[in-house]
Amino acid sequence: MQVSGISVLFKGINFQRLLGGLWVTMRIALITIGLSVVFGLLFGLLMLSKNKVARAFCRLWLEIVRFMPQLVLLYVVYFGFARLFGWDLSGESSAVIVFTFWGTAELGDLIRGALTSIPAHQRESAAALGLTSRQIYRYILIPQTVRRLLPQAINLSTRIIKTTALVKMINVTEVLKVGQQIIGQFYRQPDAAFWVYFTIFLLYFLICWPISLLAGKLEKRWA
Amino acid sequence: MQTMLKVENVVKSFDGTGVLKGVSFTLDEGKVIVIVGPSGCGKSTLLRCINGLEQVDSGKIYLKDELISGRTRDMHLVRQKVGMVFQSYDLFPHMNVMQNLLLGPTKALRKNGEEVRREALAMLRRVGLEGKENALPRTLSGGQKQRVALVRAMLMHPELLLLDEITAALDPEMVSEVLNVVIDLARDGMTMAIVTHEMRFAEAVADQVLFLEDGMAAESGPPEQFFHHPQTERARRFLRSFSYESKNSRKEKQDE
Repeated sequence: MQVSGISVLFKGINFQRLLGGLWVTMRIALITIGLSVVFGLLFGLLMLSKNKVARAFCRLWLEIVRFMPQLVLLYVVYFGFARLFGWDLSGESSAVIVFTFWGTAELGDLIRGALTSIPAHQRESAAALGLTSRQIYRYILIPQTVRRLLPQAINLSTRIIKTTALVKMINVTEVLKVGQQIIGQFYRQPDAAFWVYFTIFLLYFLICWPISLLAGKLEKRWA
Repeated sequence: MQTMLKVENVVKSFDGTGVLKGVSFTLDEGKVIVIVGPSGCGKSTLLRCINGLEQVDSGKIYLKDELISGRTRDMHLVRQKVGMVFQSYDLFPHMNVMQNLLLGPTKALRKNGEEVRREALAMLRRVGLEGKENALPRTLSGGQKQRVALVRAMLMHPELLLLDEITAALDPEMVSEVLNVVIDLARDGMTMAIVTHEMRFAEAVADQVLFLEDGMAAESGPPEQFFHHPQTERARRFLRSFSYESKNSRKEKQDE
């Protein structure tokens, strides 16, 4: 009798290999999110600046990010830039560059939105209490901005995490690639594919679901 | 009696449109001036100029003997002495009532939090908000929020309090609970400049009425004179139109 394909997962170090691949995915996502927070803050402030050129530049960047499929961007950087400029970019660095390019613009736009959504009279009534402008930022504007921003920023993070599955296409050995290698080794086990992919799906789910729950909870608490 | 506030020939325009065209008045310590006039006459702008939310184009404003207009730095030190409450109850939504009350005294004046807290509790009790110190602003009614905003301003122990149409955004049944607090403050000798559309309240609380029209002081005088024997045709028209409009708008509200 044929053994179920699920057993493939527990042969040798297969499961550990999958987790190793998952770590590659998470590493890309975490570095991307960290960089996006830093650059996104600058991007958001730039979008609010009085400089028209800076604002137009940000708008264009944001439009590119919105309409360009991430996979195409990955190819442009990984294959295109390597040929064009002779850069020797690893798949992982290319992925971080592309996802940060994306995360910066989207997070920057969220920061801009959160900052502008705070009514002007919040600043005024804080000023009327005799607070200095530094105190107004510290106690009134920044806490309110963070509250408005955090749930959306967390949702963006989960989108970044799940999109990392694409980096398999530029030869990064992340969880999906590892899964395919395992399936390849056990080609005599036709239902291995289902179990391996299903496990990968579960792993993504187990990471993104709690994050998304947290976002929902924060949104409710701060509404 | 000492002069608390002196406004001299204040001019202010926005994008070339004159809003204040040379307004002057003085307010003695412990007195209340009520500023009335049609919408767009410059009442709110006048108050905003006094605490520096707007810069005057020309003219001078003194608090006691200190020139407070035309300053760009250290305005926060002036605002620590000049409290202001706005139309749309601007409590800080991410803080509870007590945190709203403590922020100014502890951060701007660097007072001891425990002392301020005791004082805050006493004041909350006085305005009928006992037990609300841990409530979040969004759980309060408009009238309650506006009473908290008044307490927040009073805890700074301002020399002068500016009230900018503080009941204009309230449902009619909540207006008096807020105005009664203001009448109490006036009785205690708080110096105030008040912009309002509540004429009965204005008459009750004012020592002095300033009627602004089109950015100019069209009439000024004691409340008995202004409300019962207005000297100018414009003031008469304003008072007539006002009582008519107020009945009308009340009716509309009920119809909704």
